[in-house]
Formats: sequence, structure tokens, C-alpha cells
Amino acid sequence: MPLTMKKLAEIFTNRETGLTQGHRMCPGCGAPMTVKIVLMVAKALGYEPVIGFATGCMEVSSTIFPYTSWSVPYIHNAFENVAATISGVEIAYRALKKAGKIPSDKKYAFIAFGGDGGTYDIGLQSLSGALERGHKMLYVLYDNEGYMNTGNQRSGSTPPGADTTTAPVGKLLPGKIQLKKNIVEIVAGHENVYAATVTTGEPMDFINKVEKALQFDGPAFIAALSPCVRYWRMDESKSVDITKLAVQTKYWPLYEVERGVYRVTRKPTSFKPIAEFVKAQGRFRLLLQRPDAEQIINELQQYVDRRWERLLALEEATKDKPIR
Amino acid sequence: MTGKKILAITGAEAAAYAMKQIEPDVVAAYPITPQTPIVEYFAKYVADGEVRTEMIPVESEHSAMSAVVGAAAAGARAMTATSAQGLALMLEIVYIASSLRLPIVMGVVNRALSAPINIHCDHSDAMMARDSGWIQLFCEDVQEVYDLTILAVRLAEHEDVRLPVMVNQDGFILSHGVEPVEVLPDEVVKKFVGELKPIYPLLDTDHPVTYGPLDLYDYYFEHKRQQIEAMKNAYRVFPLIAEEFYKISGRKYNYVEPYRMEDAEYVMVALGSSNGTIKDVVDELREKGKKVGLLKIWMFRPFPKAEIQRYLTARKAIVVLDRAVSFGAEAPLYEAVKSALYEVAARPLVGSFVYGLGGRDLKPEHVRYAFERAMALDLVADKEEYLGLRE
Ligand SMILES: Cc1ncc(C[n+]2csc(CCOP(=O)(O)OP(=O)(O)O)c2C)c(N)n1
Ligand code: SF4
Repeated sequence: MPLTMKKLAEIFTNRETGLTQGHRMCPGCGAPMTVKIVLMVAKALGYEPVIGFATGCMEVSSTIFPYTSWSVPYIHNAFENVAATISGVEIAYRALKKAGKIPSDKKYAFIAFGGDGGTYDIGLQSLSGALERGHKMLYVLYDNEGYMNTGNQRSGSTPPGADTTTAPVGKLLPGKIQLKKNIVEIVAGHENVYAATVTTGEPMDFINKVEKALQFDGPAFIAALSPCVRYWRMDESKSVDITKLAVQTKYWPLYEVERGVYRVTRKPTSFKPIAEFVKAQGRFRLLLQRPDAEQIINELQQYVDRRWERLLALEEATKDKPIR
Repeated sequence: MTGKKILAITGAEAAAYAMKQIEPDVVAAYPITPQTPIVEYFAKYVADGEVRTEMIPVESEHSAMSAVVGAAAAGARAMTATSAQGLALMLEIVYIASSLRLPIVMGVVNRALSAPINIHCDHSDAMMARDSGWIQLFCEDVQEVYDLTILAVRLAEHEDVRLPVMVNQDGFILSHGVEPVEVLPDEVVKKFVGELKPIYPLLDTDHPVTYGPLDLYDYYFEHKRQQIEAMKNAYRVFPLIAEEFYKISGRKYNYVEPYRMEDAEYVMVALGSSNGTIKDVVDELREKGKKVGLLKIWMFRPFPKAEIQRYLTARKAIVVLDRAVSFGAEAPLYEAVKSALYEVAARPLVGSFVYGLGGRDLKPEHVRYAFERAMALDLVADKEEYLGLRE
């Protein structure tokens, strides 16, 4: 029976999720919500989560010595190597189990969390290596589309026109020029992986995908659009709503790729223009004041339209044709 | 010791053979010349089912060290090996491994650092990691590679130490040179290294711990102090383990090895395989009645200052040989030895000779020359000189 929100609420009324209160994340931040959903699903399914975390906003805010917000085993190693670190933990588990040194009845879930910087950019090699080696792990990307820990710099995930400190909107340049790197396609390009997009605004879809990812026989990857209220410049009460809008505007399509088979998991009957998503956030305010704003937004609209069509076509083309 | 087994093997195979007998839970490694044969030998043991080790052939040295950190934190006995650029790539995590107090053992096959690219031996890679908080052992020959790899496991895992250890062997000279090596029976090694007793393993989910938290100005300093103390504990622990190793092998190890030092007035100090060449020259000069000796350094970090002081005080002249430089400062071993001698009552004359960068041979005539300079009391403390360099 798939897990439901109600069921999770019941289970965790008197039980810790693994991430306790008292961390120093901003109210409304998408990252701890993302982490909590993943932990709740893992625990509800009877897994013992073991967490690896890449350097980033959430890592520094949740483990300020002598405190820690984690009541599950947690390791932070460095910025670019959470996938390799979790590989090592998972392989140690295999070795110790084989040697009879740990109880065999425990069901572990090895979960790596990384921000977009630690995933799309500096950590890509480590992620790719771990995926290729086929570790039984779940990698969760919390994508706030920039480097927040170091103060709002561009990443390979930053969309065009968003104002960041290393690709600022200026008199000459319109902020970042390039489109977001398509991380899900990169991950899905590895053999025998499960890759999916989620958002906190669509929790049921999120929960189902975590459940699937944990049960997948191989490495799984979940990309969660996780707003940063500071950088996206919006009211902290709006961070879940904005992810809903991201889905409704095709900005963040919800889909999954399982061994090469695409499935679009949310198909809104009508869409909203991408401009609504852009205008709802202060990080595009300077872009909107530029004379070429409309052109940049139009280009983004065309891009998301075409990507959506392509996703539907991939879904059709790959139906019943798993790579393995 | 009954039934001695002698193998004719290279330093790389000796390291791999020791690893096989240690049978760590996890090995993660990436090939780089001249370390590659270690990974290859070990991969074959795994493929042939001779060890139950889980091996991860990772996609880079950075990930090798990262995975080994993950595995060691999880509670596994974990090992790796590398050289030069590989060590440079992992360096960020090399510091993390020691600061998380993880008892990892790593074979370092010493090789010159780029640029220009060069695959041959010098010690610039080990010296780059000198202050990383790892214990550093150096081997003179293949026998020592085998012995010290085994010994390193106990040292790293000792409850008062809990620090990673690098076992350095000279690239090609040892790693690819075949020598007779007396190996111990598997059971003897197994018993000697025993079982790792993990401290705060991640896999103990009933007692969750947080590794690698954010640690600002209010605690970081104290944690570094603990690390400093752990390093100091290695001084106390190493001889105890060496003594135990002596009992099973008949081979004695210490921080340093004094060679014909009793009445020596002119002493050379060096790391690694060149000690073999120096010993030959010492013998030759002794035959001619010259009072020369050698102080070989087995343990470079922590630096055995007290031993250096004890052995070198009141000698006439000391020559320090370095196979690495420190740009804009003095060569690393020389600097350490000279600094130790500042504190002794009867300070000898000291001289610094750098040799063998990028694999250039150290010839007996070079050693002879350096000794002659010492015997002529022709050494200047503030002058770095070079052996075998075309000027
Ligand atoms: C090798 C290295 N380079 C740079 C940094 C500095 N750094 C730490 S976190 C970070 C950005 C993190 O961004 P992201 O992964 O997107 O996570 P976020 O902070 O946005 O949650 C950077 C650049 C580092 N820790 N290590
Ligand atoms: S700065 Fe952004 S990413 Fe960091 S805690 Fe605040 S909202 Fe979250």
C-alpha cells in the first residue's frame, strides 16, 4: 500500500523524523522540507537512514557544534564528494554484513543530500562515478538554483536572468545567459538508474517517488526544486506555492526515468505562462526592468514548451522499452 | 619462527601482499604510476576470492579518499594507495580523514609532482602532505614496505592514536624493484592486526552520531589541540607496537635506525631507499677508518625530535639529505633536523643537500662527496646544495 500524507502524519506524531527542530535554516526554506519528506518516507518504510551531506547551506545550518539537528547517523565530508562518501559507507555496509559484523536484520537506507552547486557543478564527477558503480543509494538534490552558503552565486542550475553575485544583472549583461544544466538527463544517461523530479508543492508525487527510489535495485536520484527564500526574494509563506507554480508553468516538470523509461507524473490540463513564475520572485526584478526582459522571458517560454513536448515524446517512445 | 617464507617480490607487491593478509573490509583506489601495481595486485586477489575485502575501483583519487573516509566512519577497516598527482588530488580529503580521526592506512609510492610531468621518485608528494595530520613512515627496502604496512594498521587503530598512516615507498626504486622479502604466515598477520574496534560507527543506528559538523572559533581550536595530542601519543605507542611486531617477526623498528653510529663524528640523515646506498658508503668509509654513520628516519611525522637530539648531539658534522625542496625555504628534513639541533647543548655543524628530484639517481660518489664535505667541516648551515645536478 503506498504511503499517504495521513499515514505519515500519524506515524510521526510521536516520532522523530531524524531531523529535529532547532536547526538554523530560514523559515520557509525548501531544503529542510525536502529532507524531512525523504526521511519520513524512509523511516515509515522501515529503513534506518544513514545520511551523507555535501557542504552547503543546510549542512552548515544543521550541525553547528556542539549541537546537531540530526538524530540519525550523519556524515559531512566535503563539498564535492557526498556521492563518493556515501559509496564508501554503503560498501562498508556490504563488507561488514558479509563478515557478519553487523546485524543482518537491519534495513539501511544510504542517502546523500547535495545542493545544486555540489551536484550540477563541483560534485558531478563524484556523482557520476557512484552512479556508474551502481551503489545502492539515494541521492537527493535540493535545488535552490544557486550557491547559498557562500552568498548567492550562480551555479550550473541558475536560470537565465536570475540575479546572482557572480553573474549579476548589469548595464551590459542580463545576469546569467545560459540555461540550466539538465541534471536529470545526465543522471538518466547512466545505466540502471532511477531519476525523478519532485517538489514540496506536490507532496504525494514526492512521497511516491521516494518510495520507488528506495526500493529501486540500484542508484536512485531525486531532484527536488527547493526554494531559497533569501535568494528567490519572496515571502517565506510562499515557498511551497512557488514550486506549484513551477510545475504549472512547465518550469519544473514532474517526471521520472526508470532504466531509460520516461514517465511524466503530473500532466496539468492547462498551463500558466512562465512569466508568472518569473514575476513572482524578486531575483528576476532587475531582469524585468531591462528593455530585453520580454525577449529573455519569451526564450525561456519557448524552451520550456519544447522541453515539455520532448518529454511527452520520450514518454511515448520509451514506453515498455527499459534499457535493461 | 619456524618455516620462514621468502618471496622475491617488488615493493608494490609487498604492499599488496600485506594488504591481502590484513584483509581490510574496504579498499577504494585509483591507479597512478608507480602505484598502479598495488591496485592491480589487490584487484586480482579480490577477483580470485582470496580476500573478502570489498573493493571500489573509484573514478578518481579524490573519490578514493572520500569513499575510504565514508567506509572508515561507517566502522570498516579501510585502505587505499596513491602517488604524486593522486595524493595532490586527494589532499583536501587527506586532511579531513585525519581530522575526523579515522584510522586509515594508505600506501604512498613516492613520485615527483607536476609540472613538468615526471613519473619517477622524489618525496615532494609526501612533503606536500607533511602537515596533514597523518603519521608518515618511510621505507628503505621492500621488506620494510611489507612490515610497516602491517605495523601501520595497529598504529592507526590504537585507541590513543586513531590517526591515519601513510606508508611511503620510493617510486620504481622500491615499487618496481624485486627483492627477497620474508613474509609472515597469514594467521600470524591476522592475529597481529586483530579486529578493528570501531569507535562511533555510522552504521550503529541505535547510537547516531554526526561526523564533520560546522565547528567555528568556539571549539575548532580545542579539537585541533586533541589532534595534536593524538599525534604526540604516537611517540609512546609506536615502540610498543614495534616491540610486538619484533616478537612475531624478529625485525625491530623504531622512529629512527642508527647505523654505525656508536662513535660516529660525521652523520648523514635521510629518508627512504637512499639509506641503502648511504649504508654502503658508510661501510666503505669505515673501512678506511673514517668515523661516519647514518641516522635513517623511519617515522617522519610525528617528527622524532628527541631521538634526533639524542643521536646527533655532540657529533662534529651532520649532513641532511632531502629528496624534496620547499620553495623559498629550507628543504623539509633539513629544516626539521636543524631546528631540533637548536635545542642541544653541543650543536654540530649542519649542511643541507638536495638530491634525486624527478628520479635522478643518488650515486655512491654523491654520498661520498657529501661525507667528504662534512669531514672537512666544510658545511654552511644557510646554504642548500645539490647532489647530481648539472649546474
Ligand atoms: C572545494 C570547495 N570549493 C568551494 C567551497 C565553498 N562552498 C561551500 S558551499 C558552496 C556553495 C554551495 O552551494 P549549493 O551546493 O548549491 O548548496 P546551497 O548552499 O545553495 O544549499 C561553496 C561554493 C568549498 N566548500 N569547497
Ligand atoms: S539562505 Fe536560502 S537555502 Fe539557506 S536556509 Fe535560508 S532559505 Fe534556505
